[in-house]
Amino acid sequence: MRDVLRHHLFWPVAALVALLVANTVARPGFLAITVRDGHLFGAPIDILRTTAPLLLVALGMTLVIATRGIDLSVGAVVAVSGAVALSQLAAAPDPAAPGTVLRAIGLALVLCLVLGVWNGFLVSVLGIQPIIATLILMTAGRGVAMLITGGMITTVTSAPFKVLGSGFWLGLPAAAVLAFGVFAAVAYVVRRTALGMLLEATGINPAASRLSGVRSRTLTWTVYAASGLFAGLAGLLISADTMAADANNAGLFIELDAILAVVIGGTALSGGKFNLSGTLVGALVIATLERTVTVLGISPLVTPLFMALVVIAVTLLQSPRMRERFTAVRRRTGTGAQRPAARPDSTEVTAG
Amino acid sequence: MTQQTPPPVVELTGVTVEFPPVKALDGVDLHLRPGEIHALMGENGAGKSTLIKALTGVHTPTEGTVVVDGVERRFSGPADARAHGVSTVYQEVNLCENLTVAENIMLGAEPRVLGGLHWRAMRRQAATHLRRMGLDIDPASSLGSHSLAVQQLVAICRATVGDCKVLILDEPTSSLDTDEVEHLFTVMRSLRDDGVAILFVSHFLDQVYEVSDRMTVLRNGRLVGEYVTADLPAAELVQHMIGRSMDVLEAAEEVAERTERPAGATPLLQVLGLGRKGSIQPFDLDLYEGEVVGLAGLLGSGRTELARLLTGADRADTGQARVAGRPTRLRNPRTAMGHGIAYTSEDRKGEGVVDGLTVRENIVLALQAERGWMRPLPRRQVDEIVARYIEQLGIRPADPEALLRNLSGGNQQKVLLARWLATAPRLLVLDEPTRGIDVGAKAEIQKLVADLAAGGMSVVFISAELEEVLRLSHRIAVLRDRRKVAEIDGEGASTAQVVDLIAGGGAA
Amino acid sequence: MTTSAPARRTAARIPVRLDRRYLPVLGTFVVLALMLVVGGTRYDNFLTPAVVSNLFINNAHLVVLAVGMTFVILTGGIDLSVGAVLALSTVVTAALLQAGWPVPVVLPLAVGVGTVIGLAHGVMIHLFQVQPFVATLAGMFFARGLCFLIAPESIAIGDPAFVELASWVQIAGQWRMTSSVLIAAIVLGVAFLALHFTRFGRTVYAIGGGEQSALLMGLPVARTTVLAYVVSGTCAGLGGLLFAMYSRSGYSLTGVAMELDAIAAVVIGGTLLTGGTGFVLGSVLGVLVLGLIQTVITFEGTLSSWWTRIVIGVLLLVFVLLQRVLSLRRT
Repeated sequence: MRDVLRHHLFWPVAALVALLVANTVARPGFLAITVRDGHLFGAPIDILRTTAPLLLVALGMTLVIATRGIDLSVGAVVAVSGAVALSQLAAAPDPAAPGTVLRAIGLALVLCLVLGVWNGFLVSVLGIQPIIATLILMTAGRGVAMLITGGMITTVTSAPFKVLGSGFWLGLPAAAVLAFGVFAAVAYVVRRTALGMLLEATGINPAASRLSGVRSRTLTWTVYAASGLFAGLAGLLISADTMAADANNAGLFIELDAILAVVIGGTALSGGKFNLSGTLVGALVIATLERTVTVLGISPLVTPLFMALVVIAVTLLQSPRMRERFTAVRRRTGTGAQRPAARPDSTEVTAG
Repeated sequence: MTQQTPPPVVELTGVTVEFPPVKALDGVDLHLRPGEIHALMGENGAGKSTLIKALTGVHTPTEGTVVVDGVERRFSGPADARAHGVSTVYQEVNLCENLTVAENIMLGAEPRVLGGLHWRAMRRQAATHLRRMGLDIDPASSLGSHSLAVQQLVAICRATVGDCKVLILDEPTSSLDTDEVEHLFTVMRSLRDDGVAILFVSHFLDQVYEVSDRMTVLRNGRLVGEYVTADLPAAELVQHMIGRSMDVLEAAEEVAERTERPAGATPLLQVLGLGRKGSIQPFDLDLYEGEVVGLAGLLGSGRTELARLLTGADRADTGQARVAGRPTRLRNPRTAMGHGIAYTSEDRKGEGVVDGLTVRENIVLALQAERGWMRPLPRRQVDEIVARYIEQLGIRPADPEALLRNLSGGNQQKVLLARWLATAPRLLVLDEPTRGIDVGAKAEIQKLVADLAAGGMSVVFISAELEEVLRLSHRIAVLRDRRKVAEIDGEGASTAQVVDLIAGGGAA
Repeated sequence: MTTSAPARRTAARIPVRLDRRYLPVLGTFVVLALMLVVGGTRYDNFLTPAVVSNLFINNAHLVVLAVGMTFVILTGGIDLSVGAVLALSTVVTAALLQAGWPVPVVLPLAVGVGTVIGLAHGVMIHLFQVQPFVATLAGMFFARGLCFLIAPESIAIGDPAFVELASWVQIAGQWRMTSSVLIAAIVLGVAFLALHFTRFGRTVYAIGGGEQSALLMGLPVARTTVLAYVVSGTCAGLGGLLFAMYSRSGYSLTGVAMELDAIAAVVIGGTLLTGGTGFVLGSVLGVLVLGLIQTVITFEGTLSSWWTRIVIGVLLLVFVLLQRVLSLRRT
């Protein structure tokens, strides 16, 4: 039992389960899934679909945070991606032609990759603090998106593109299949290759990693590029859902939601050990929370309040001081692990 | 020194500081008299810092008394100590570079007008204090615009504002050049003549002999003795610090087994005039296979700096390197690794262990980094490597999944050794591999080094413990004051010879 | 070579050498002047008292936000909540006035909301060592959610006393000054005095320069850190009040992304996001630059509004690069 309680996914999963229970109590049929036209329908399926873009953004964010960084620009990148794809489609003679759709998607993704590379360049080559480096694109990015759409909310009809947002593959929402697929693929690559370990080493101790021959700069650059690419993909899903490129509101605050998903999932913002499964649960918690608020009949506008409470609870539970208190209690009750050798120097003034 | 001795202004009696289970300080006495410069001597881990912290209230002694000016004190911290006339200036200047010189000197005792800072008075007072230090700088300039030496003097200036009876200088000279050190000494002497008691910590023997009146020597947390500087020859001081009398040291010397180096063999690594400004003067060094080269010298003599240039950890700005006869630039650790050069830093915590990762991950880190992320080591091979080194080096706990931060210092060191051994290096540079680890682990590491060399590896071995260096090394390079001063054959070397070289000019 | 080197080296004082600390602010000032000159030559009626007055009137709330943000950023922190807290303050003001509370009670309450949130940030950051980014992000969500809980719809403010306060204006020729500009000026003055003439202010700088050093110098680090967030929260509350006076309403969706404008103003104003360097007057210059970009784009007519954001982004980049170069040269 203690092992279960100690597991890093315990609290996030508990939160998720609690939310699902609350929903089921409020609306007994909440978890029901029905099959219509060979597609699955129901609130849980809906949640999967709405999680999709957030999951992609949070995926990139987790990798960036692992290297002690942060990427504030993803929301703007989401807007750029949608703007590029939809204005491409709108400008084409036949927006539904497969070639056109593929070209639009390709162009959007390449541009977003470039934006990610730009962030990575500022951080890893010029050595600018990640928070400022990405703040630049966060500010300018939406302007760029509006430049692309000409300030309009570009709408377009293109059945093949729309599938990304609201279509179904294999009976499941295409967006969810895509996002969870990419997530699984990246998670597989990160954990099956040495990428994960090298990222963690870079995040935990950059100096030691350098001396061990880890190419920290290239790795850092890569994760920012990846973050841009995933945000671009998320932007496609979002714009395909509404079939409108709203440069002002597409992906608004998604960077903050993504950071929250990462934090809820148990990855510390200070970098190092990261936890993709935690991020997955974190993203699900946020999407479910949004859903719960509507189910409970509260205005969805109040959602931020609940999110704030979740974040405050999670960060306070994770804070060093709280942990100290917990260990103190455990030590007193005698069940705790051996106390590590006290090194007062490390906590005291570090001079001398 | 004056003829009649004034009563001490600081008197520590039987002070013990424990970090269970370690006694960092064990019943140490210190007598600091007004108007003297008193050197506090000892190698790393001797307890100098702990002693200073016990005096200034950072650590609370578990036993013993601290008497300042005749009153027993338990300061609550440096600020409290300062309020009672005991000020400390640390090695790294602990001031704010972004503030003005005047603020750095006066904040805390700043003159006020109408409830706000009185800038003009502040600058004026700061200027007065600065002049006493022989510094003619603009108090309104920002501290960061001045050299480290000036910043150091400003720090001392701050310490002497108000009623300063005792001034503790912890390694104030480590980043100053000769002229700057001279200036600092002038200031110290004038403060001494004003009756301030100065406790001076330095690793530079020449400096200690130049400026101090008396000294207290610590070793392994214990008091070795209190001496009048003029009466203690440098060689004897070094022995006191290192901890063995000459006879014992000589007896401990063991000629390491050596495989005969064929005449005219090409050195594995040959460096000519390698140097880096502000770090180490240009030096030559040849390293051969199957040979242990020891670096002897006190802390701050440049042993670590030399090692960092050999391994690409720092980039040299002069000189050249040849690996197996071929000219090479050791631009970064990665290029060095490509030539089979491995380096464990003396800063185990800061530059060695990745404490949030497991034993397994730490062991394979360098090997994996060399292969690149796309070619992960097969799990079976990883397990095999990890199991082999856990066994061979006796890493405890023998659990590949244990987080490194939960291992003892000695076992962390073994993991670092394993990390490099796994890359099968041709040259292994070990900087203080035995510092701060228990006796058993130390002996194991020493044996391992000898075995590796016997197996054909070239090893550079750095240690503060002369005994260890003498025992293991085939050749010894001696460093003093950031310069390689001698290279001697390990077999013929006598301890006396090495000690003399280390003590150098200080013995005069 | 017998005289002391350090003394000699520094003895040669260069008479009127510009301290490098002022360079970024000077840069901001140059940008601002250039914009005024270019605008003045390009458009008629640009350099008129009316336009300049409006620049101040339209940005008074942002000045107050930027002033508060400067304190936090000088300590090396950040406050993401200011936009949301500003909105909360407008909503509280409007809702309480609607409920018939008297103005003298409502005003301190609206500001106090910000103070309390700022205090909570400070406690989370200092006591629980939550990163400023996360703590104030939570604060942002909290404030925004609270806004919607209180009033999902915009509430118009009709209270006569409040309207009178809001429409107070001083006119000298074509120059106009509203109560919000006056308040912003007072806030700026107080902040300037606090930063440069009190131990609190100097400790703010000291913490940004190095928290360890500040501690070892015996400065009150804990109190000052918390107080910096309190200042920022209070300024956000006050900014909300000014915005309510400006818009005569309270609305939950005001100030979305305004924290970014405030941060951008501070950075463009020459304050380093790493803390320790910068001036509150620079932040005001930063606000004016942002406001002037808006004005120029309005005057240009053909230029679309989104150029504002792009130009701000480019300016940010330029200033960040400038600061990077300066800090590289220092080391």
